[in-house]
Amino acid sequence: MSQSKISTDKLNLYYGAKHALKDITIKIRSNTVTALIGPSGCGKSTFLRSLNRMNELTDGVRMEGKVYLDGEDIYGPKMDVTRLRKRVGMVFQQPNPFPMSIYDNIAYGPKVHGVKNKEKLDEIVERSLKQAAIWEEVENQLSKTALGLSGGQKQRLCIARALAVEPEVLLMDEPTSALDPVSTLKVEELISRLKSQYTIVIVTHNMQQAARVSDDTAFFLMGEMVEFDTTARLFVHPADKRTQEYVTGKFG
Amino acid sequence: MRKLKDDVLLCLIYLAAFFAEFLLIGILVYVFVKGFPHISLHFLTTVTSVLEGTVGIAGNLVNTIYMVVLTLVIAVPVGIGSAVYLNEYARPGKMVRLIEFTTQTLSGIPSIIFGLFGMVFFGVTLGLGYSILTGAFTLSLMVLPLITRNTQEALKTVPESYRSGAIGMGAGKWYVIRTILLPSAMPGIMTGIVLAVGRILGESAALLFTAGSGYFLPRSLGGWFHKMVESGGTLTIQLYLSMEKAQYDIAFGIAAVLLCMVFCMNLLTGLLSNKLGDTTDGRG
Repeated sequence: MSQSKISTDKLNLYYGAKHALKDITIKIRSNTVTALIGPSGCGKSTFLRSLNRMNELTDGVRMEGKVYLDGEDIYGPKMDVTRLRKRVGMVFQQPNPFPMSIYDNIAYGPKVHGVKNKEKLDEIVERSLKQAAIWEEVENQLSKTALGLSGGQKQRLCIARALAVEPEVLLMDEPTSALDPVSTLKVEELISRLKSQYTIVIVTHNMQQAARVSDDTAFFLMGEMVEFDTTARLFVHPADKRTQEYVTGKFG
Repeated sequence: MRKLKDDVLLCLIYLAAFFAEFLLIGILVYVFVKGFPHISLHFLTTVTSVLEGTVGIAGNLVNTIYMVVLTLVIAVPVGIGSAVYLNEYARPGKMVRLIEFTTQTLSGIPSIIFGLFGMVFFGVTLGLGYSILTGAFTLSLMVLPLITRNTQEALKTVPESYRSGAIGMGAGKWYVIRTILLPSAMPGIMTGIVLAVGRILGESAALLFTAGSGYFLPRSLGGWFHKMVESGGTLTIQLYLSMEKAQYDIAFGIAAVLLCMVFCMNLLTGLLSNKLGDTTDGRG
């Protein structure tokens, strides 16, 4: 296995009294796509959100254990959360472009992190939109509102927006569940293309999608990580009976 | 039988609707017909003076503009600030509900009570006397709930996904508020401001004993600044005083001017929020 980009050590998370994540220990490899699968409410999204400290926004969340990014404790006192979220970007389930122009959407992140130079911003916008395979579609309407795009375009725009700050890791929370099949395929293709440069962690409900796009897969059930292996092995020779039942569609 | 009942009811409803419309249009037409003959350039640009024998409302016009601008300068930042605090910073709970309840109650208090408080507190205790500033402070208290509530309602409708999206990129809370939340809430804020201006233009009871009824124009450049701490009656105050003196032609003249101002105001903000809406809600 290549070097791990993100790893967790006995990560436990509680929503009030509810024990939402139980002793999660995982090593996510650099420049791979890791899929998190499992039935609704199994904790896979919660786990994803703990990787860039988005859980802190929810009231009543308590955490134990460690999360490391390149060996650095992201919950440690030296970690600057703004820097962390620049390095670990996020794409959400519902495409959420901001109510501003396409250009301003992409430039938003770089501006947060202090890029002011107009030429530099132009360059970032073009590069990001190209990376997210949406440049040809929006090239001539950069100053138009992003809210007028189709659902699939919006999601690719959001991916471009996340890429604009040059993250190292991209967290994707069911990025295609609100999209039509064609748009889904476009996003999947994009994911496979992006992994040469980024480490991607994707939560998905769709097992075919996990099988198609990911290198490794983790199966979550009721807050536990039941099994974590290469996708090829997990889907064909699961070690755990519960995994086998889930991937063969017996429940979930 | 049932058909007949329906028809009669329908007739009554139409009648009620026509009555309401007719009444409104009737009043507008009546005021304009009675008022317009008295409006002249002279009426608008001179000050009433016994010595010069002139009758004009220039002073009151200027006072009104001062009052609107000053009140908004005080109330808009405070109102938006408190709405942002209530919606984005305060933990939802009893305290927030209590504050919301209080602001709501505040907007139902008769304006003369604000006048009484304003006169005693700003006028006497703070020593501002009868002045436009005293009036503006008093009116600020009155319009604050309008601005706070409208801003808050608008902020509540901003999708949560905008917040998480921006915070997920590393943006700080204040940055998100400044770049996304407030621009999205702009139409709601504008509505609050329009209502506030309407209230300022129409207020008399709260101003009579706070801003007073001065109607002179400043005579020097410094006077324009000093005006803020001088007594100054708005158009509505002058309208009230003219009626008291049975100068109905002047009263109708002022009424027509006021109506025009309200009309222009609504038109302007309608245009403005359309323009702002273009970039914020994507309907453009």
